[in-house]
Amino acid sequence: MAEFLDRLVEVGPELATSLWQTVLMLLIAIPIAVGLGTPLGIWLHTHGPRGLQHTPRIHRIVDAIVNVVRSFPFLILLIAIIPFTRFVVGTTIGTAAVIVPLTINAIPYFARFVEQNLGQLDPGVVEAARAMGATRGQIIRDVLLVDAKPAIVGSATIMTVSFISYSAMAGLVGGGGIGDFAIRYGYYRYELPLMVVAIVLMIALVAVVQTGGARWARALDKRR
Amino acid sequence: MITLRDVTTVFSTPTGPYTAVDGAHLEIPAGSIQGIIGFSGAGKSTLLRNINLLERPTSGQVVVGGTDLTELSVEELRRARHGIGMVFQNFNLVNNLTAAKNVELSLKFAGVAGTERRRRALEALAIVDLADKADSYPAALSGGQKQRVAIARALATEPAVLLCDEPTSAVDPRTTTSVLQYLADINRDLGITTVIVTHEMNVVRALADHVAVMEAGRIVERFALAELEAGTFTPATAIGAHLVADEIVLDRRRTPVGAGVTPGEEAHHG
Repeated sequence: MAEFLDRLVEVGPELATSLWQTVLMLLIAIPIAVGLGTPLGIWLHTHGPRGLQHTPRIHRIVDAIVNVVRSFPFLILLIAIIPFTRFVVGTTIGTAAVIVPLTINAIPYFARFVEQNLGQLDPGVVEAARAMGATRGQIIRDVLLVDAKPAIVGSATIMTVSFISYSAMAGLVGGGGIGDFAIRYGYYRYELPLMVVAIVLMIALVAVVQTGGARWARALDKRR
Repeated sequence: MITLRDVTTVFSTPTGPYTAVDGAHLEIPAGSIQGIIGFSGAGKSTLLRNINLLERPTSGQVVVGGTDLTELSVEELRRARHGIGMVFQNFNLVNNLTAAKNVELSLKFAGVAGTERRRRALEALAIVDLADKADSYPAALSGGQKQRVAIARALATEPAVLLCDEPTSAVDPRTTTSVLQYLADINRDLGITTVIVTHEMNVVRALADHVAVMEAGRIVERFALAELEAGTFTPATAIGAHLVADEIVLDRRRTPVGAGVTPGEEAHHG
């Protein structure tokens, strides 16, 4: 036990750095994904078959692109877009380099969430807004997004949780992160106790995100 | 005030074109209450949606306040709709907004400045005696209260026309009377031309000045309520006779909304 504690103190700073790297990846990738995925999701919904301005041809193209990006296994995407990553952040290794594929992966993922959240709303409310002479922009901002907000926060929570585990693959390009720590110390060096510590930290991170997100979504939801 | 000339609305369905409204003519005098009655699928809701072009007719003219709405640009139509309020069977309120904020929506869409919206929303809520519920969310309101908020929302922009699509079908029988009373009072006090679609003869009897009966997309009968009350109206069609004789089961409302029993089925098989 004393031995383990010594070891823990020894790698403590690295463990802290790893945790911070994961948090950093999420802090940058998730807001960008929400910021760009939400308009893309709105576009997919409004230009889709049940949307306000159905444009079948262009919708099919965008829909296909979203599917293609979403189909890529994260590892392959990570490597496939290396040139793009270098162009954006100037390097292909390290935490910054992982944030790029993470974000690219998250944008269409979140767009699908938003598209689905909007599709589940009662079409009657949109009809009422049209009858009130609302513009398309007003219908989206003042009606659809207002009623979908709790669901969108819930979706962002689910996405954040999945990306905590995705970010573990960051180790492959030297991106670091708590998942990478667990793999390096636990999996490659058989330091089981350190792996457990890292995993417990990940569980704690997931729990914080999940509870916080669920609470926020509930606070926004006035349907009860 | 409202003139529908030879309005036909055809929907394309997977099984081919479906004529929901078939050559409807209707003149609705300013300030009057026009009832449109018929069984489910008769085309009455589509005809109502033709009046504000939520459903654009395939052919025909829709003249509201002297303007043929079918000739307007998208932008002009949007502005015309600020003068046509609408109330729906299922209220269609935004669940995440308070009663007052819901009412403010119609004002916002009509371009009313933010500072003035709250005041006018409260005025509109006062008309339906719900000023004290201004800051309640729809979930905290009863069905009748939700419909009154929806009525306030429709009235807030001071429209000349109020379209009501089965406004009492989703509220309980006791509340129906109260909702109808508000609609009658509003018509009397504000002189709003009101069009009410319903499958319930008692709603028409309680409220309408003139009644149009629809069947299979056509207006098959037309009468004034006064004729009905004086006993001088002789229905020309079977459905007209049914309606006048109140053969639509009036306590049908014990069937929960959405339970799948349409009044048409009851009347034909019963």
